[in-house]
Amino acid sequence: MSFFTTVKAVALSAALAVSVALPAAHADEQYFPLQSYRVGPYAAGGTGFFGGFIDYLNLINIRDGGVNGVKLTWDECETQYEVERGVECYERQKSHAGAAAWNPLSVGIAYAMIDRITADKVPLITVNHGRTDSTDGRVFPYVFPLLLNPYSETSGIVNYIAAKEGGIDKLKGKKIVVLYHGSPYGKETIPIYELLAQKYGFTVQQIEVPHPGNEQQSQWLTIRRAKPDFVVLRGWGVMNPVALKTAVKVGYPVDHIVGNVWSNSEEDVIPAGDAAKGYTAITTQASGNSYPVVQEIVKTVYGAGKGNLEDKSRIGSVYHNLGIVNGILNVEAIRIAQEKFGHRTLTGDEVRWGFEHLKLDPAKVEALGAKDLFHSINVSWDNHEGEGYVTFQQWDGKKWNVVSDWIAPDWALLRPIIEKSAEAYAAEKGIKLRTAADADAVAVTN
Amino acid sequence: MSAITTDLSATELSKGANLSSWLAPLIVVAFAYIVVPLIGGSYLFEAILLPFLALSLAGVGLNILTGYAGQVSLGSAAFMAAGAFAAYNFNLRVEGLPLVASIVLSGIVAAAIGIVFGLPSLRLRGFYLAVSTLAAQFFVQWALTKFSWFSNDSASGVIDAPKLCIAGFEFDGAVGRYLFALTVVVILTFLAYRLVSSQTGRNFIAIRDNEIAARIIGIPVLRTKLLAFAISSFIIGVAGVIWAFAYLRTVEPAGFDLDRSFQILFIIIIGGLASIRGAFLGAALIVVFPLALSRLGNFLLGDVFDSGVLDMSQRIVLGALIILFLILEPDGLVALWDRVRRRLLLAWQSS
Repeated sequence: MSFFTTVKAVALSAALAVSVALPAAHADEQYFPLQSYRVGPYAAGGTGFFGGFIDYLNLINIRDGGVNGVKLTWDECETQYEVERGVECYERQKSHAGAAAWNPLSVGIAYAMIDRITADKVPLITVNHGRTDSTDGRVFPYVFPLLLNPYSETSGIVNYIAAKEGGIDKLKGKKIVVLYHGSPYGKETIPIYELLAQKYGFTVQQIEVPHPGNEQQSQWLTIRRAKPDFVVLRGWGVMNPVALKTAVKVGYPVDHIVGNVWSNSEEDVIPAGDAAKGYTAITTQASGNSYPVVQEIVKTVYGAGKGNLEDKSRIGSVYHNLGIVNGILNVEAIRIAQEKFGHRTLTGDEVRWGFEHLKLDPAKVEALGAKDLFHSINVSWDNHEGEGYVTFQQWDGKKWNVVSDWIAPDWALLRPIIEKSAEAYAAEKGIKLRTAADADAVAVTN
Repeated sequence: MSAITTDLSATELSKGANLSSWLAPLIVVAFAYIVVPLIGGSYLFEAILLPFLALSLAGVGLNILTGYAGQVSLGSAAFMAAGAFAAYNFNLRVEGLPLVASIVLSGIVAAAIGIVFGLPSLRLRGFYLAVSTLAAQFFVQWALTKFSWFSNDSASGVIDAPKLCIAGFEFDGAVGRYLFALTVVVILTFLAYRLVSSQTGRNFIAIRDNEIAARIIGIPVLRTKLLAFAISSFIIGVAGVIWAFAYLRTVEPAGFDLDRSFQILFIIIIGGLASIRGAFLGAALIVVFPLALSRLGNFLLGDVFDSGVLDMSQRIVLGALIILFLILEPDGLVALWDRVRRRLLLAWQSS
């Protein structure tokens, strides 16, 4: 019986907690619901990204007193990268007033939220990932795969290989192997590699590594037989260091392996040890802590003991810097929306308008202290990716070094494919294509 | 044969308080249909009741197989996935097929897969069978990822659920989807309840308790075992449809992993094996308890620790409570519930 009473007590106190947990909204606060993941298999990415995001929000609050006086608030809800936990967090956090944007950093959770956030009119940010066709703002008004969608990433990698070979026409007759993670994420780019291979005249062989990818002997023996000019590593988690180690074992030169945007972190190369020396990977944001904005975070936020990363050596790592860049994009979208709608708590739809006018040219990026951290962004009502540039970093055994200029993916080539896919989705769901005029109509109440 | 049935149900009737055995579920269902939609907010439906209904139904399905027929299965999530993807594909590829038909067909597909993976049960028992049902778990997930036809060649393999529309009436919004799920769950639970008190249900129990004895008294063991797999998979498959169509509104193979299978197994163990009510009580505990803990933790300690530390400690608390609970009440929540009710009844009678 005593157990029953305990259960009852817990249930009662939980009910109490629920009833008083949500404080009344402040007039001058903008809230970020963070569906973070700090435990589970992807905790390395989660702690780095959300750590950087929170560090930047803290910087804005401490240094500037918020955005034009509007204080930024947030709370975290642990998802463990699981879809149903993400949905629960969404339902839990959405009742909080003044939500600016959702940033789940998970394709699965983002998919489950698309219908919901569209009904609630609050933007959903999937920086560097997400579904490619949500780039088309005519069909997905509230979804923003900022900086880089998977197709642009593919195009960026192919352009980089072309540059290394001495021009796009030199790709003809070359052979590229794509080693991809056996998951929806890994398979997303199969058609676009085939298309680019046809267009540029190289041959492509795509090899799957079953999840989680801790055994790749047979795949790499196949690669050794195929003798490709380049291997693109489209990995995730443990698959990346294993790939690098196995490549060394079969004698494939590591400097001819190019990693994609989820195979580019310190956590991917450090476990591979010496095998990773010379490995190159794509990124939208350079790593390192020399950038003024990162320095300010170190001084102002970590100096005040409010830093979010427990391990300070991770400041300026790839995931941490991605979180900071994501923070910049979110905050600047709010700032832009505030110029139009007033310096106050904005509705989700007003923030959406802000994202659709998020234009940060290199000069503005420099003013934000992020020169060379990321290049620029140019979002419009119908292009929700915003033409992010990519760069390539090489691992020297201790840190990443930038080895390329900022490279532009071939957006003109990709746009028709994206539009076709988005239009098919619209037809399937019975969505009317949005126009520029629709995009300018903003709901002032949530 | 019919003599036995009447005989047994007579004893059953005298065991429970005759009319109240029907009255209580009726009251609960009426409450769920009439009162809950009036008072509930979207959080209640989207985050608590919809997963609760889907997992309860899966629990009912697994309970038929494991609780009643005694065949341990670790493939529940695979049958859920089969149901969800089958319903999606029927809905997509057969023009004008009503939703009800695609749900029934998806259940039949899940049942067929259940029969195939139930075949080893003719030779294997206990742990060995559990391990062989793992094959279903891995095979279905692998097939759904490997062949993009299942997800309509969608680039990332994650697909959107269609609108829930029956006879022109659209179940839109949280309440609509809740009522849809509730209706499916009520119908299937009722059928499951009828099944377990029928001759077939008794055959299940006979095989569970002593297979050789069951064979000797003339129960067709082979057919009965496969029937248990089929019916159980049918129900679990439909639970998968609710999970994907009514709850998450998206379908991806990764959501139906081994963890989900374990979750459903825990539901019936904690709720009470061989009990329809047990599946509901177990699902309620598995769905609500972690949420209550997490909200309580966030409320009390959210400012002190980050969400990762909190989540880890919640897991420890939850695990410890489950162990404690199973030691104190090995027969599950159903036994606890009955004991509490008896005591209350006694107290009420004596006052």
